Amino acid sequence: MDTDFQFLERIEPEPWEGAQADQDGSGLSRREFAGILGAGLLLTVAGDVALAQRRGGRGFGRGGGPSNIAARIHFGSDGTITVMTGKIELGQGARTELTQAAAEELRVAAEQIHLIMADTALVPNDGLTAGSGTTPRTVPAIRRAAAAARKVLIGLACKGWQVEPDTVSVKDGVVTHKPTNRRVTYAQLAQNSELAKQFAQTIPSEIALTPVSQWKVMGTSLPRPNRREIVTGAHRYAFDIVRPGMFYGKVLRPPSYGATLKAIDLAPAKAIPGVVVVHEGALVGCAAPTSWLAQQAMSALAKTATWETVPQISSKQLYRHLKEHARSHRGPGRGSAAVADTVAASAPPDGAETVLAHDYEIAYLQHAPMEPRAGVAEWKDGSLTVWACTANPFGVRGALAGALELPADRVRVIVPDVGGAFGGKHTGEAALEAARLARAAGRPVAVRWTRQEEFTWAYFRPAGVIEMRGVLDAQRFLTSWQQININSGGSAVDTPYEVGQKTCRSIKSASPLRQGSYRALAATANNFARESFMDELAHAAGADPLAFRLVHLKNARLRAVLEMAAEKFHWQEHCKNSSANIGYGLACGTEKGSYVAACAEVAVDRDEGKIHVRRICQVFECGAIQNLANLLSQVQGCITMGLGGALSEEILFADGAILNASFNHYHVPRFKDVPELEIHLLNRPDLASAGAGETPIIAVAPAVANAVFHASGVRIRSMPIRAAAAMIPSPSGRGLG
Amino acid sequence: MNQTIRLTVNGERKIVTTDGDRPLLDVLREDLNLTGTKYGCGEGRCGACTVLIDGKRAHACLTPVAAAEGKAITTIEGLAKDGTLHPVQEAFLAEEALQCGYCTPGMILATVALLDVHPHPTDQQILEWMDGNLCRCNGYTQILRAVRRAAGWHG
Ligand code: FES
Ligand code: FES
Repeated sequence: MDTDFQFLERIEPEPWEGAQADQDGSGLSRREFAGILGAGLLLTVAGDVALAQRRGGRGFGRGGGPSNIAARIHFGSDGTITVMTGKIELGQGARTELTQAAAEELRVAAEQIHLIMADTALVPNDGLTAGSGTTPRTVPAIRRAAAAARKVLIGLACKGWQVEPDTVSVKDGVVTHKPTNRRVTYAQLAQNSELAKQFAQTIPSEIALTPVSQWKVMGTSLPRPNRREIVTGAHRYAFDIVRPGMFYGKVLRPPSYGATLKAIDLAPAKAIPGVVVVHEGALVGCAAPTSWLAQQAMSALAKTATWETVPQISSKQLYRHLKEHARSHRGPGRGSAAVADTVAASAPPDGAETVLAHDYEIAYLQHAPMEPRAGVAEWKDGSLTVWACTANPFGVRGALAGALELPADRVRVIVPDVGGAFGGKHTGEAALEAARLARAAGRPVAVRWTRQEEFTWAYFRPAGVIEMRGVLDAQRFLTSWQQININSGGSAVDTPYEVGQKTCRSIKSASPLRQGSYRALAATANNFARESFMDELAHAAGADPLAFRLVHLKNARLRAVLEMAAEKFHWQEHCKNSSANIGYGLACGTEKGSYVAACAEVAVDRDEGKIHVRRICQVFECGAIQNLANLLSQVQGCITMGLGGALSEEILFADGAILNASFNHYHVPRFKDVPELEIHLLNRPDLASAGAGETPIIAVAPAVANAVFHASGVRIRSMPIRAAAAMIPSPSGRGLG
Repeated sequence: MNQTIRLTVNGERKIVTTDGDRPLLDVLREDLNLTGTKYGCGEGRCGACTVLIDGKRAHACLTPVAAAEGKAITTIEGLAKDGTLHPVQEAFLAEEALQCGYCTPGMILATVALLDVHPHPTDQQILEWMDGNLCRCNGYTQILRAVRRAAGWHG
């Protein structure tokens, strides 16, 4: 998940979306199975923390972190240890994980770490919080800084005692020299004037980190450090920030996409006492002491507005539109979109080959995080501070500076822990709106989007058409493979299978809606198409879907999760003893260095016209597990969220307006939708940890689609899987052979 | 039309002078600075704004403040007593039933209301009762465990 703020439409290629280095293990001999169902004057280093951070923050836009220790870690004489990061807590556990990383290498308890996140005046730029990048990049960056700091502290102790570093030990922030029974605390060491000098040093890239076998804090299920503020309601999200004298702002929205304002009468709104009305370029907005009053003023404004609208594509025409506007040529074998069906219809040349070709359709989705977009802006002496819910603090700072024509160092962006994002908050629209209104109103202003605004004006997970084509030889092996994703993106478009000749890529089209990142980005879409199509090919080959996959799969890590999922799910037995309208399906995939496989059991209820997902069994592996409880909650959350995209979530639109812009009409998973979940997490302490907040979502939808086929005999090539289609009795009978 | 409305919020008497049609949610958040009660949809479909009115579950987003006149309102800020968390809050901590935490105050208050009506709820009762509360982090499994724990289930 990543986009530059300024380039929202650019959904690929994204920096981390290049081919992931294959970290394929050489077997699983070392695997561990974690099956779960269950005050003094001490301001040594950075006397001015902010300054040090700003220094550290420059020039590290992509998450590489600061070059010196001081930009990352500050020791207080009272024993407080402050660690700084540009990463965001979105509910994925970054605060916990980064706290653990610092504590581990500093040899202190996690409770001793105070982690400052995402305040551009204080923290280094760790890049966007996206793309499962915190675990593989920011955790090591913080560990290196902490290890370097520990080394400096030990060095100072040893210098004072005139002993060698290998004769001392460190525990709980105390350096001890056993032979002479001397000890000194970090807090005491932090008073040494030498420290500041040494903390200004560059963090060596080759510093030794604590091996997994010796982890004490990492690898434990540390709970979220600020959990108490959450359960008491004390934590303030950006949506909750209140500043002295603050007004509540509203922005006038067009009635449809692309509409331009022809005329407006500001007078009726201005006549409401206490209301500030702003008309600045394309922005029409107002601010008032309460959001109720602001809404009244906004209604008054909206009544007088006249608009010029332009024709817009509706969701009914979407897939044809995307195909027709697919850019760039499609490579060998696929001259144009229309060829697909021609290929499918043509008979194999000599009867020896089987050629299959089908299009898969992927709907637009809205992320719909529980906290809608919000921004609070406060101006002081020509400088701007905003509190925003965004995954991209430095990007938003740059965008604000650009839009408001300010130097970047006059803009400070603070991101309180966010109420969910799922790839949907890489931008800072509300922050910019708040900044403009606040400047005009001459006081702090909060802009908090309504749910309807969030559903309409936030960017969407891209829709797409995915063209699939596969050729089986006479022995039923794949000899040729094509996966062309039109519009929805390139993540996981490549196949992990051995398929002979292959063409896998994504091409752009003209998206009728504003689109951007999503949880695992296009990997949900591409994996859906590939894993569904693999099932189609297995069916055509008369083979069991599991066996067909394994025959074409060398990747050991992917095989391991797939085989384990099948075993835990009792795949073989289900295939033998199935009953009417009950189906079983499986799928697997890899993305961003982690591996997942899922098996699903569904019931097709023809009376109700519904698909019920009864059970999901999923195996996930992301290298060495850093926090089991957090990982488990990410995997559970991904599976359930994946069911929304699989079965019900779809943005409907016509004439430039969203037709289902509310939780009433856009169905997201609720308590009753959660199936029986069986989750197995494979621990690979021998492998580097990969991020885990995204990939566990990608196998759910295809596993369900394959199970629906098994239950109904109907192959549904769309996400969401439209239940109505599965109700048609199929003469061809069951899916599995 | 401004009117004077008397409320008891978390045990404290409050008098607000405001338009009686304003949602209780806005008054709590904007006038009384109690931002633990969240906005999620404004139409009774997510439960983020759940509060207790005279002990019963209510959506603050759909409750005009005038309708709360003379009533006792409990928000998430009023559950802990003298720094001691309410057992339902403890259960959510024990089960780590929070990811981003935005839905958590509403989930906790919905649970408190549930246990008042059904002190020993069945799973079916829990699902029926909680289904109106959305968690977009989809942490339903952990939340369910927290509700069961608060209800005195073991394991
Ligand atoms: S905000 Fe009240 S139910 Fe959603
Ligand atoms: S924890 Fe994020 S919405 Fe429930």
